[in-house]
Amino acid sequence: MTEARHDPFHDIARQRHAAELGLWVFLASELVFFGGLFVTYGLYRYAYPSAFEAAGAETAIWLGTINTAILLTSSATMAAAVWAGEAGHKRHVLIGLALTALLGLTFMGVKGVEYYKDISESLYPGAADFPVDMPGAQVFVGLYWAMTGVHAVHLSIGLVAVAITLWRVRAERFDWQNTALLHVLGLYWHLIDLIWIVLYPLLYLMGRSL
Amino acid sequence: MNSILSLAQASENARSFDTLLLVLVLFSLAIVTLVGTLVLVFSIRYRKGSKVTRHRVPRLLSHQIEWGWTSATVFVALFFFWGAASIMVRQLDPPPDAMEIHVEAKQWMWKARHPNGTREINALHVPMGQPVKLYLDSQDVIHSFFVPAFRLKQDVVPGRTATTWFTATEPGTYHLFCAEFCGTSHSQMTGEIVVMEPEDFSAWLANRPEGDTLVAEGRKLFTTAGCSGCHAEGSDVHAPDLNGVAGRRVALADGRVVTADDAYLRDSILLPARDVVAGYAPIMPDFGGILETGEVTALVAYLRSLGTQEGETP
Amino acid sequence: MTDIAALPEPHPATPRPTRSYLGAGSDLRSWLLTTDHKRIAILYALTLTLFFFIGGAAATLIRIELITPAGDLVSADSYNKLFTLHGVIMVWFFLVPAIPTTFGNFILPMAVGASDVAFPRLNLLSWYLTVAGGLLALVSLLVGGVDTGWTFYTPYSTLYSNSYVTLAAAGVFVAGFGTIATGVNMIVTVHVLRARGMRWMRLPLFVWSIYATSIIMVLATPALAVALLMIVVDRLFGLSLFDPDQGGDPIIFQHVFWFYSHPAVYIMILPGMGVVTEIITCFARRRVFGYEAMVFAILGIAIFSFFVWGHHMFVSGQSAWASLVFSILSFVVAVPSAIKVFNWSATLYGGHITFEASMLYALGFLGLFTLGGLTGLFLASIPIDVHVHDTYFVVAHFHYIMVGAMVTAFFGGLHFWWPKVTGRHYSEPWARLAAILMFVGFNFTFFPQFILGYLGMPRRYHSYPPEFQIWHVLSSAGAVILALAYLVPLVYLTLSLRYGRRAGDNPWHASGLEWATTSPPPRDNFVIPPTVDTDPYAYHAAHEEPSERDESGGDHQSSRKDEMP
Repeated sequence: MTEARHDPFHDIARQRHAAELGLWVFLASELVFFGGLFVTYGLYRYAYPSAFEAAGAETAIWLGTINTAILLTSSATMAAAVWAGEAGHKRHVLIGLALTALLGLTFMGVKGVEYYKDISESLYPGAADFPVDMPGAQVFVGLYWAMTGVHAVHLSIGLVAVAITLWRVRAERFDWQNTALLHVLGLYWHLIDLIWIVLYPLLYLMGRSL
Repeated sequence: MNSILSLAQASENARSFDTLLLVLVLFSLAIVTLVGTLVLVFSIRYRKGSKVTRHRVPRLLSHQIEWGWTSATVFVALFFFWGAASIMVRQLDPPPDAMEIHVEAKQWMWKARHPNGTREINALHVPMGQPVKLYLDSQDVIHSFFVPAFRLKQDVVPGRTATTWFTATEPGTYHLFCAEFCGTSHSQMTGEIVVMEPEDFSAWLANRPEGDTLVAEGRKLFTTAGCSGCHAEGSDVHAPDLNGVAGRRVALADGRVVTADDAYLRDSILLPARDVVAGYAPIMPDFGGILETGEVTALVAYLRSLGTQEGETP
Repeated sequence: MTDIAALPEPHPATPRPTRSYLGAGSDLRSWLLTTDHKRIAILYALTLTLFFFIGGAAATLIRIELITPAGDLVSADSYNKLFTLHGVIMVWFFLVPAIPTTFGNFILPMAVGASDVAFPRLNLLSWYLTVAGGLLALVSLLVGGVDTGWTFYTPYSTLYSNSYVTLAAAGVFVAGFGTIATGVNMIVTVHVLRARGMRWMRLPLFVWSIYATSIIMVLATPALAVALLMIVVDRLFGLSLFDPDQGGDPIIFQHVFWFYSHPAVYIMILPGMGVVTEIITCFARRRVFGYEAMVFAILGIAIFSFFVWGHHMFVSGQSAWASLVFSILSFVVAVPSAIKVFNWSATLYGGHITFEASMLYALGFLGLFTLGGLTGLFLASIPIDVHVHDTYFVVAHFHYIMVGAMVTAFFGGLHFWWPKVTGRHYSEPWARLAAILMFVGFNFTFFPQFILGYLGMPRRYHSYPPEFQIWHVLSSAGAVILALAYLVPLVYLTLSLRYGRRAGDNPWHASGLEWATTSPPPRDNFVIPPTVDTDPYAYHAAHEEPSERDESGGDHQSSRKDEMP
């Protein structure tokens, strides 16, 4: 194992502080990124309320709901891994990370099935027999693809990071007890979860009230 | 036409514009002189090796003046905002008697159409002293209708009808430019605005081949495009009566109440499912791919005429 | 020079390190895999220089084309691609990264007394992202070019342009992540790695300006990323987010785009303000006038910059009331800028001023920034903006800020810190000549464009009515001087690397911590980690204090009014 502290820091506490602060700043940046999509969504929702409801009713609510449950659970396992890391229980860290990775992969699998279903039901902009014949409906579906797509990219990056961390903890390649790395990874994972919690009502529950 | 330093003042806006501009230019000159003098005087007086004594900054020059400078700047900023905003607000709405001209922009030309149907391409003749209201549509990308001599500019965004207005005050020929980059021949998308004495204008108009007026073309389209099949009185289909619809308050199916302005009428033709009127089924087909921008403009003009001319029915 | 040599040395003598950062290997690998913030700064400087001259070459062709009213040198399509190239390269691959990634990287860690930035490897990644983005943009140029203008307005960019928009947008998108990473790095460095005693209110204003810039970078760049992403997916997958025929609204794109691109203007100018403050205080030998006011002005500008984007859309058809709100906010944002201009001028009061090249650049900045800022007031006035929007007036205005002010500040910083970076002096007479040429050439080039804009000459015009020609000819003539002024430093700075006199550790007797170490600095910047016990800009004795307010620094508030004589 290499030394936990590295340059330019003089002590490990500051180094932890730096890593956490850095990630929080990055999360703020991510929120603006998704914020841009949310604002675009909001403006179009305002312009085409009924088209958004009609198109929103076309999305696969069951798959979306299952995925929401999966992702929430993965946040819990991730949190468990971070706690275990602080307590120094290596085995539990590994279990927590492995479960998180597994749930993340399941999410991606379900999402893949859902995308396949969407395409077979012509639920994409420019489709020849697009199911909702209302102006603005294609914009909704365009946003659906853009938002879930960007979210999936973030989740894939998270999965890679979790896998690498899993391997590095297992092989004791870094000081997982004293550095902030597990904590930082957890924060990122929770952000992905948080974004999904916003996407879920916007894309799946829209148009299904009553 | 113009000397190299002056731009013709050919509209009512141009005068208030030039006054505001002059005030700002004088103010800027004053500030540049002030900053320039301060820097120059300090640079010479306090250059290294000069024998002047370096005092503390006199109290007058310390933080009181910092506050003074700051509040003066705030005051000046608000003053200019007030001046500029009041000019803008005054020019928001055209006079009710404005002559209405439809202009259509496309890559890379301007097509204008007078109330009596006379058409022009890359040119627009207008009478002096008469307020003119422009309805601007784009067929493709964003263009911008820019007449420097009128200090007038309005972006023309596809999918929405923009309006603007002016009153020309000087006879002459002026530039019309497209000011928003619109592709290869953006710099060729120019034209002339010809301002004429009212009598000259009438003569010019009389000598032009008179096309259908917009309203007349709209009336024809109302039948040929199939609108009347549902919207005419006595039709079997349950569709809203369009008599006097323009300007009316309309209750929509989703509970909103909107004013049936030009944008609403236009959207209702192109995107009928967007704002369905309360009490009617969303059965009207989408005319977006069927009608051209100019035809929609004609239909809207016709619908507007139904509201203003008593007795005309579809 | 002799004047400066006689000045007291503000820093105690430092033990000599065994070798400088330049001595830590000279093969390609030692550069391309370095995590040393100083070497990364050099990598950035070389990259940005390349982009600057590519963008400059495009500008040269544009100015030559515009000498005659007819479009005779290049075709209309080529012209459109040229100004797009000029804008994209200059904005994203020169102006935005210019100062934060070069002087920010090189100087900021030293100025706060740290041995590196907080995340050295992330720092290197930023550079690779910038290079990758730049290469994508260059490739899009080589395979055929982009003709949308740097603003990528929809629906032209999504539905109508037959050029390599996707590639260029992807390049800017990738480089954007480099910018965000740099921002994160700078923010954390300032928070966590300040030396003992370096309290917030003791930070040099250059550090404050980079800090504020980084906040804007982190919070605005993602909006650009989203805007570009929507264009890319629209073009690749036909998501038709801005297609009017599908109910899309091109104006929404403009909102998202300008939410980034107006703050981006401040990403470009704030670091320049910081650099200029360091230079003016040093060569006036004065503590900066109104330190706290300067800090609050920097932060005020950073915050307000997020609320004025709508002033780019006064003629787009946004609601009149929105325009009014954006107009008043745009006027208000002028206030902190005015405070800064006043405080720079007042800093000169009672100084012992010398006029080294970097001081000439700084004074030039002051003049050009004042003009650029004042013309900003014109544009904040709605009726005037309606007329001059999308004309050469706007072109002149933003060039005064972005080129006149910002690039001049960049050159000022380059000359100020050159001895620190290289350990060598450049030719001072040539440098002064270049500074004066730059000021003259710039005004000569861009002042006529204000008049052109007022007369109604629209921007992005390949050909134009003949009555505008005289002003275009003047502008092109000025551009010759300006181009010369940019090329001359390339020569004498390069020569100085070999023939320049040794500069010594602190040739300007400047007060910043970066001058407390050797020139060029060692790998870890300081042999002994520095501690700070004075306020910044301690250039003169207490009896010469400009006012009682500045003595107090930040942490112990002024309660010494009664002690005034």
